Amino acid sequence: MSRRGRLALLGPALLGLGALLGWGVAGLPAFGHYRGPYGFVLDRIVVPLRHTTNVVMGTTFDVRGVDTMGEEFILYAAVLGVTLLLRSGERGRPGRQAGERLGTDGLRLLGVTMVGGGVLVGLWLAAFGYVTPGGGFQGGALVAGTILLLYLVGGRSAYAPFLAEAALDPLESLGAGGYVVIGLAALASGLPFLTNLLGLGTPGSLVSGGSIAALNWASALAVTVALLTLFAEFLETYVVPLARADEA
Amino acid sequence: MSYLPYAVAAWICLVGLAGVATSRNLVHLAVCLTVMQSSTYVLLLSVGYVAGGRAPIFKGAKPGAKAVDPVVQALTLTDVVVSVAVVALILALALDAHRLAGTVDPDGLADVHG
Repeated sequence: MSRRGRLALLGPALLGLGALLGWGVAGLPAFGHYRGPYGFVLDRIVVPLRHTTNVVMGTTFDVRGVDTMGEEFILYAAVLGVTLLLRSGERGRPGRQAGERLGTDGLRLLGVTMVGGGVLVGLWLAAFGYVTPGGGFQGGALVAGTILLLYLVGGRSAYAPFLAEAALDPLESLGAGGYVVIGLAALASGLPFLTNLLGLGTPGSLVSGGSIAALNWASALAVTVALLTLFAEFLETYVVPLARADEA
Repeated sequence: MSYLPYAVAAWICLVGLAGVATSRNLVHLAVCLTVMQSSTYVLLLSVGYVAGGRAPIFKGAKPGAKAVDPVVQALTLTDVVVSVAVVALILALALDAHRLAGTVDPDGLADVHG
């Protein structure tokens, strides 16, 4: 279809979709008048039953723990897809080599400081995810994102450890597989899959939530390494030639 | 009684779709799709909002305090993760398209055959 034809169709289509959305939304309770019941039930029962003061994470890793496992494998499959797509082509192109160093010393110092601080904040977000706002997914994303900053300020040589497939692949499997193993552990002891096995601990402390803490860390690892793998594939394929200078 | 947050969600969705349909660049298209998907975050969080409710985090709060729906917040988290995965895939495909066809304009890819 020509571009003009497509644009001519777009107007009526947007109007139609807008009308449908308006119709659908008009049937919802007004903003702020949530009717429940599930949200209210969870807000009431998760802290007494699971001892996680962050009810969102209690929901994510316990009430709908199986869904979250599926979500981890969506991420896993996407990373696998990107890896296959990018590796199917030739790797590295002449003239696209990234510079080893960027900016002034002051800028690099600021960058390195931010890497340290960012990784710490990410670990803190993940560690206290089930107590205060945060969680494995958020913390993992922050850790991986700040590590990428190392590439910008330190160049390829500083970032090289995070490009190593030999380290990334087993860690990714440990994160995604660890989640499943925690679920299977419950099955092995004669309980339904992903039953919360470990002691529930004291609400509001790091020692709380039982299996939720372990699942939270498995997710943090899976997300961190999934993102690092994505970065590595994009960087190796499109920014840095595969062959290092000393091999060429 | 307010439906404004829902209207915002619908608007973000429509603007994103318009961007996807008119895009001349696959990277721009990926960004527009992310905008479109962001409308679901706004919609989900709006649906679960309780007037005067606190965040569903009870560290230092009385048990049973009025709080918003944690289910939609957990769903939004899933939504964000899926969005990241999808964008990574689209960007990889865009790079592949550029390698094979030398262009990232969706209209320019019409002549490319497997």
